[in-house]
Amino acid sequence: MNLSLVDVGFWLCAVVSVVAGALVFYVDSMARATYALAVSFVAVGVALLLMGQAYMGVIVILMMVMEMAVMAVYMVMFMGMNPALMPMSMVHSHRSSIAAGVGTFLLLGAGAVLVPWPTRRGAPTGDVTSALGEAIMESHMIVMIAMGPVMVATIVAGVVLSSHRTRYDRLGDDLDRRPADDPQPGGVGR
Amino acid sequence: MADSLPLVYVVPVMVGLAVVSLSVAGLSSALEARDRGLSVGSGLTLPLRETARLMRQRPRRTVSADRLLWRSASSAVIPLAVLIVAFVPLGAHALVDHPLGLVWINALDVVAWAVMWLLGWGVNSVTGLVGGYRFLALALGYELPLMFALTAPAIAAGSLNLAEISATQDGLWFVVWTPVAFVAYCWGVLGFSVRPPMDPGAGSDVNGGILAELAAVDRLLVLAGRYALLVAGSAAAVPLFLGGGAGPLLPGWGWVLIKTILVSGLLVLAGRRLPTLRPDKLLELGWVVVLPLVVAQDLVVSVIAVATN
Amino acid sequence: MTLETVLLVASALIAVGVYGALSQQVVVMVMMGLELMINGVILAAGGLWWFLAPDPSGQVLLLVVIAAMTVEMAMGFAVATLLHRQAGHDMTDMAAELHG
Repeated sequence: MNLSLVDVGFWLCAVVSVVAGALVFYVDSMARATYALAVSFVAVGVALLLMGQAYMGVIVILMMVMEMAVMAVYMVMFMGMNPALMPMSMVHSHRSSIAAGVGTFLLLGAGAVLVPWPTRRGAPTGDVTSALGEAIMESHMIVMIAMGPVMVATIVAGVVLSSHRTRYDRLGDDLDRRPADDPQPGGVGR
Repeated sequence: MADSLPLVYVVPVMVGLAVVSLSVAGLSSALEARDRGLSVGSGLTLPLRETARLMRQRPRRTVSADRLLWRSASSAVIPLAVLIVAFVPLGAHALVDHPLGLVWINALDVVAWAVMWLLGWGVNSVTGLVGGYRFLALALGYELPLMFALTAPAIAAGSLNLAEISATQDGLWFVVWTPVAFVAYCWGVLGFSVRPPMDPGAGSDVNGGILAELAAVDRLLVLAGRYALLVAGSAAAVPLFLGGGAGPLLPGWGWVLIKTILVSGLLVLAGRRLPTLRPDKLLELGWVVVLPLVVAQDLVVSVIAVATN
Repeated sequence: MTLETVLLVASALIAVGVYGALSQQVVVMVMMGLELMINGVILAAGGLWWFLAPDPSGQVLLLVVIAAMTVEMAMGFAVATLLHRQAGHDMTDMAAELHG
């Protein structure tokens, strides 16, 4: 059995990602839980690097570290308790959840092992990143065009759901109050 | 990766980063000393004396601090700077000559979000936590303009590889026709290195914020790391906007070094002139004013890039 | 590193995510479970791409998965904020009804 450097790296990433992922629901600290998830994502990003998808790997690392930094703020905001004073065990239907987790693993794992996977079709092009860039700007452009409105809709929906003030609260009933009445005025003086 | 420098070059690069960071720290404290009417010489040597003092200081313990997170954050700042420098081509080649060097630098500066917040969180003190939150709020303001600023040289050069980007600026540096992106990038460098004027997270009004409870070696690592991040960000600006190692007489690495020193020195000087903005003020400024400007800059670059091809 | 091992690791990630999403009471922790499941999906998609059909189309799919995750995060945070503001609760058990 010959073990290459890539294999060692992959198994390291595999162990780190799964262990860190499990720690998310084990540790007693909001910050540790969040950053354990970040570590899990970074490990998957590195695994993608090892599988010849450098761009995807770096993007996963970049996005997820950023996302978890924001996630930590939401954790502290919404956990509604002080983890230094009480242990962070807020679970329900614990046993059935474990059963569901184990069942999921057995089902998916059986699929991964038992399905007769086809052999590799084609080889990766020399520059995967520019091939991806050409794909999203040419043959698969429709995907990205569709993604644009989805993102805009997400932004609008997110603001509508989370903001409790409307422009009438800011600018008055006739929308003519300048500067606007904001609880936290911004730097531009709109 | 084939064009990367041999591994032995790690040593001179790290020594260079340390020396330049120390000089920038000396410049900063010399200016500070002059403002206070003290002798400039004592300011210049202050970083060295401070280093010696912090090495001998006793480490500080706070009540139920998250030592794991706090220690990992304080010891991550300098490695972050070293990693950024590793992707910067010194002349024709970098320590790590990766086809996605630009994206890597972006990913690394995002790690500062995690590091700075954890610095504030781990210590379990009010001022530290306020500082951490302030940094994150500030980061939201500078990061988007920074990301779009980074795309300008990539579009102009048609590459994400830093060595190729710097090689494309034959004769005309990108800073000449992407000035808005350059300024936004420098703004972001000041942001992720938590240097003035982008340092409300470590401001004196919150008793030092993320630095409040740091003492001894931990404090040394973070203070030095902030300067190292500033220098690393400036070094990355050289291949992105300032023609890389291009210049007469000296070899490529010499010009990279000189330009890095100039940029980081200018950033220190600029930081002393500009007012510190609160994160809420700065967020709106970043998203409503700077971001559209940078996107317009990207548009101009794209049009020129398409037209000249 | 074979396709089977990559998919097994991805299954483990998804399984842990399923456990978390079902067992956690706080909305943000449920989102962490969902994130972990998407993490597994990203790994599985990356593995399938590399071992079966390494052409650009698969990468586009991966981009879509990542974009889906950002949508999930944004909407999750928005709903969590809304729940918190409307009723002052952040537990899934209390949020049986979305209207305040």
